[in-house]
Amino acid sequence: MKYGVIVFPGSNCDHDAYHVISKVVGQPVDFIWHKETNLNGYDAIILPGGFSYGDYLRAGALAKFSPVMKAVKKFAADGKFVLGICNGFQILCEAGLLPGALVRNKNLHFICKHVKLRVENANTPFTNEIKKGQVLSIPIAHAEGNYICDDKTFQELEKNNQIVFRYCNDVGEVTEEANPNGSRSNIAGICNKNRNILGMMPHPERACEDLLGSTDGLKIFSSLTKTIENQTGKNMSDGS
Amino acid sequence: MKAKVYVTLKPGVLDPQGKAIHHSVELLGFQNISDIRQGKYFEIELDGNLSASEAKELVSKIADEVLANPVIENYRVEIES
Repeated sequence: MKYGVIVFPGSNCDHDAYHVISKVVGQPVDFIWHKETNLNGYDAIILPGGFSYGDYLRAGALAKFSPVMKAVKKFAADGKFVLGICNGFQILCEAGLLPGALVRNKNLHFICKHVKLRVENANTPFTNEIKKGQVLSIPIAHAEGNYICDDKTFQELEKNNQIVFRYCNDVGEVTEEANPNGSRSNIAGICNKNRNILGMMPHPERACEDLLGSTDGLKIFSSLTKTIENQTGKNMSDGS
Repeated sequence: MKAKVYVTLKPGVLDPQGKAIHHSVELLGFQNISDIRQGKYFEIELDGNLSASEAKELVSKIADEVLANPVIENYRVEIES
């Protein structure tokens, strides 16, 4: 199994993601410069947080034209796993790999704090080691995390169980007060219909070690790792 | 030839920046302002080889693919010769 972390000019959580995969999860991982056009050999790609292209034009808007994004689209179309964190989520929306858009926080502030997330769908490759309804403590750090979409898209998201995380309070209630940025229906993370692409504003890679105050983020990386391990095992037995 | 592109948030999309500007404008004492929405404006210089309609088609494509995010924004293209 091999992870790849894409590095755009302006990415700044790439090393955090790399550290977690290599040192905490303990799996092979490469940095992939955004000019790369070939993602053969990888099982999962992480689009990390940061400020790709300085957030010029719109957050994530210019990164979608980086050469690697064509390869990421093909990679995703082949059913392989793509995880977009923060700026990575913004890029996935801009690139059309996930529906909707992330706009300026309702209160205009850059918000950097631990928030609580309720797991709304535990039946994804990214959350299958977690229970539905479980509350995770994971930090956010963004100015454009206000998720919006039209009514039709929202109904689709609900119908297909694509809403994976919602901002909630300490006891797991999804309330207006627990919504840090004005996101529609407290949405903090969504997946595509096929469940192989996840975008989330909170930073699970910042919550994988006790030293950082929470290890809840690790559950996402370990879910994905186990999913890939199971798949690879199955493929190998298929081939024999 | 010059193209001007105006990108505006779709009606109904919350514009907290516009709201903050509106608030400041009111604090300064300006009256009779019912709403302020913030948008983006682009000037694009074109070489002289295109007709006005070709230029509009080209710039509309650029606006659609790059300058605006059709999920949240509308755009308007003007061609100046």
